[in-house]
Amino acid sequence: MEWLPTLWFIVIALLWCGYLFLEGFDLGVGMLIGLGRPTEKRKRLLLNTIGPVWDGNEVWLITAGGAMFAAFPHWYASLFSALYIPLTMVLVALIFRAVAIEYRGKAITVVTRNLWDLALGVGSLLAAFGVGAMLASTTIGLPLNENGDRIGGPFAWLTWHAVLGGVAVVAFCWIHSLAFLRLKTDGLVRFEAGKLVSRWLPVAVLPLVAWVVWVLVTSGSALAWVSFAVSLIALVIAVITGRNHKEGVSFAALGIMLLGAMAAIFLAAYPVVLPSTLDPAFDLTTANASSTAYTLKLMSVIAAFGVPLVVAYQAWSYWVFRKRLREEHIPETHRVTSIVN
Amino acid sequence: MDALEIARWQFGITTVYHFLMVPLTIGLGLTVAVLQTIWHRTGNEHWLRMTKFWGKLFLINFIMGVATGIVQEFQFGMAWSEYSRYVGDVFGAPLAMEALLAFFVESTFLGLWIFGWKKLPKLVHLATIWCASLATILSAYFILVANSWMQHPVGTKIVDGRAVMTDAWAVFTNNTALITFPHTLFGAFAVAGGFLLGISWFHLYRRRKAGIDTVDANGYVIVGEDTSRGKNRDKTDYQVWIKSLRIGASVAVVAFLGVALTGHEQAKLMFEQQPMKMASAEAACHDGTGFSVLSLGDISAHGATDCDDVVAVFEVPGLLSFLANGNFTTEVKGVNTLIPEYQQKYGEYYPDDESFGAYAGQKIDYLPVMEVTYWGFRLMITFGGLSAAAAALALWITRKGTVPENKWISRLAVLGIAAPFGANATGWIFTEMGRQPFTVAPNPQMGGVDQVFMYTAASVSPTVTAGELLFSLITLTSIYAVLLVVELVLLTRYIRGGVASAMPELDTANHGDHSDSGNNDDDDDVLAFAY
Ligand code: HDD
Ligand code: HEM
Ligand code: HEM
Repeated sequence: MEWLPTLWFIVIALLWCGYLFLEGFDLGVGMLIGLGRPTEKRKRLLLNTIGPVWDGNEVWLITAGGAMFAAFPHWYASLFSALYIPLTMVLVALIFRAVAIEYRGKAITVVTRNLWDLALGVGSLLAAFGVGAMLASTTIGLPLNENGDRIGGPFAWLTWHAVLGGVAVVAFCWIHSLAFLRLKTDGLVRFEAGKLVSRWLPVAVLPLVAWVVWVLVTSGSALAWVSFAVSLIALVIAVITGRNHKEGVSFAALGIMLLGAMAAIFLAAYPVVLPSTLDPAFDLTTANASSTAYTLKLMSVIAAFGVPLVVAYQAWSYWVFRKRLREEHIPETHRVTSIVN
Repeated sequence: MDALEIARWQFGITTVYHFLMVPLTIGLGLTVAVLQTIWHRTGNEHWLRMTKFWGKLFLINFIMGVATGIVQEFQFGMAWSEYSRYVGDVFGAPLAMEALLAFFVESTFLGLWIFGWKKLPKLVHLATIWCASLATILSAYFILVANSWMQHPVGTKIVDGRAVMTDAWAVFTNNTALITFPHTLFGAFAVAGGFLLGISWFHLYRRRKAGIDTVDANGYVIVGEDTSRGKNRDKTDYQVWIKSLRIGASVAVVAFLGVALTGHEQAKLMFEQQPMKMASAEAACHDGTGFSVLSLGDISAHGATDCDDVVAVFEVPGLLSFLANGNFTTEVKGVNTLIPEYQQKYGEYYPDDESFGAYAGQKIDYLPVMEVTYWGFRLMITFGGLSAAAAALALWITRKGTVPENKWISRLAVLGIAAPFGANATGWIFTEMGRQPFTVAPNPQMGGVDQVFMYTAASVSPTVTAGELLFSLITLTSIYAVLLVVELVLLTRYIRGGVASAMPELDTANHGDHSDSGNNDDDDDVLAFAY
């Protein structure tokens, strides 16, 4: 059953891709609302494009974490404890983000509403950055001792490649959300998002490309280079179709570009899942970090049943809410008034 | 405080906080599903209003459950990495399944429910809330399987110093899990019942006070209306509250019977599986059969010997044996008997191993903090009993259709809402702290030191510093404090707003024209609901 850990490595990589692809535009939309200066009506329009789906998208993160715990307990334990501080920030960010999405519309004063917007914007930004830094750390490595524990103190994770990974994901989320808004909205927003995508797409994915190159140069396998090539081709298609107003194709191509890039990053060091920068003997690999074949088999059965189901009903929910939104669709905010004296 | 203690505080605070939202989510979710089903069947307006109103409060609370749940999922790896390495093979599986099989359903279908009004066919829309609600219950099952395995590891053995799953069926049908699951669910329904009861009481009382509803000579209600000034307190509004009240009160009473029955079964298992927890729940030093209703003295005795200070003030003979074993005569072992037994089986000192950090080679304290276990157990039952008694009383008081115009009785409604939350929190604190000094308690049927169990002292992440832990403890706790206030303020505002807070179309105070959006029919279903 040598292949079971490999299978689960692939599943986990896919879960992370799914997370970045789906929550990617949620996070981007959150940043646009909270950190840009749209009008109130515009903010609500943006928020409602992700309204029905953002929570389901976030569960990809939870599932990725849970799957790491179940399939590679050592990977989960080493990575999460090593990144204690940044992950705490991610948690704080996600808490504020979730609560802000639900509560901003319930604020009575402009001041509190603006505070929620700030929480949403900063929360989205920090979450994207933290996840990027985490994925970068797991591909380039952390100072782990023989037990897999981080040494070098709370900030040992803070390196240039972690920062690059963080920036790459933030920039990607931003452009990805604009590509998404082009598909989900109509009117001025669609037009403006289209203009921004056409102009900035090649620039916004630069950090992501740089990150992939860094990883590939450090430890590139042939397969990883191939998927990087696929990723670049998809990028070119995304740029060209984006300029020609083929919004759907461009969005899909951007997704494939992400998939190719992530595949390259994950494949580069395979079978190492988390390298130790101190000694290659301490590397965590698919073999030494995984659960037993028994557990992996059990999980495979569950995943074979569960993953297609999830994909199916999430796709259905996107289909249900497929209509483009315009500012005119947004109803007046309802002000709750007390009926008791 | 050392890293271990901070990590424990953090875990306790984050989970107890998460579990303030959880039971309300579980209980209200199912309630809303049932209400919407009745509306679907009868077509009566008041059922729709109830669905919308309770659904709104459900959502305000749900989001906090989500936000705090993510912390739970991450903190095992972050703060308890040794624990995660040791148990991952067994413990990770239910966690991953919970995410894959329950959380996805919950979040996706709730999104469909919130935004799907008018958009989805009615029956499909009804199905979405059922999916979401059943998924919350499923998620409870999975996480309780994980937790029960820590209380009573089964289907597992040690390989290379780690716990490894050998029998998934045993893990997922762990008798501890099968009984903890209904106990926790009933606990959740007690919360939801009290919530419905308390809030409805408040509204009925305000209707009486405003002179809208009156009573006739025999005390039967005469329902009135006040639709002036956008008040919208019509006769349907009355139906909403009286029905919610009586449903809530009935649920609360039944739920209490449920927790009592399942709790009794749990106590029997605890007697077998974690005898020390049982003894310390009783602050019982010597073997005996009586259930102490009140024990005084130094019940916080640490390290066993001075435990003799405890004086049972009032004891019900035989009751403890009944709780533990179903009869009135079996002796329940006391702390003084148990400690040497544990020492003999699992050792007197922590292994002199670096994974125990500062605790390496220290004497093991097998006695949980007795103050906590003793009072935790009693408070759980007391809170639950109080709220059930209040609910039964409420059913009787409202038999003629309304509540009395009495300020004091209506203030008790607030207490009625809070007590079941208290019961849940104290129940968990008792369960978790009674398991100490273990994170994975040894299974007494399985032998000694060579078996699957883990000390809390060896569970914490070895190289995460106390500073880091303190940073997250302070950060998270202060955020929680702020958000609790926010949630309470919002809930209060929506409660005071009555049904109209969830149904803008009812709100005649807002003369604003709600149809300024989507004027033409085709657009109308683009956004039936908007943030
Ligand atoms: C008995 C039930 C129960 C218990 C003991 C716990 N939870 Fe929980 N949890 C739920 C019942 C629940 C729920 C009812 O399903 C929630 C509450 C609100 C919600 O969205 O789902 C939830 C939410 C929730 C979420 C967010 C899900 C989402 O985004 O939809 C996560 C990640 C966790 N929980 C994880 C945990 C972990 C790791 C726990 C153990 C320490 C834990 N919960 C204890
Ligand atoms: C599956 C669910 C749960 C798991 C896996 C779990 C696991 C743990 C772990 C690993 C610890 C830390 C070690 C320790 O100090 O004992 C702990 C402590 C604690 N947990 Fe749980 N727990 C779960 C559910 C809960 C819930 C729902 C609550 C309450 C709402 C709770 C309350 C506590 C408390 C109060 C502590 C601190 C105890 C102490 O420090 O002595 N737990 N639990
Ligand atoms: C006569 C009433 C009750 C009895 C005899 C009882 C019994 C028990 C026992 C023995 C445990 C510990 C299980 C263990 O650690 O192995 C427990 C835990 C717990 N109780 Fe109760 N209980 C009662 C009422 C309640 C009420 C009213 C609530 C909430 C409304 C509640 C909520 C809980 C919770 C949440 C736990 C922790 C989870 C668990 O282990 O199931 N209990 N109860």
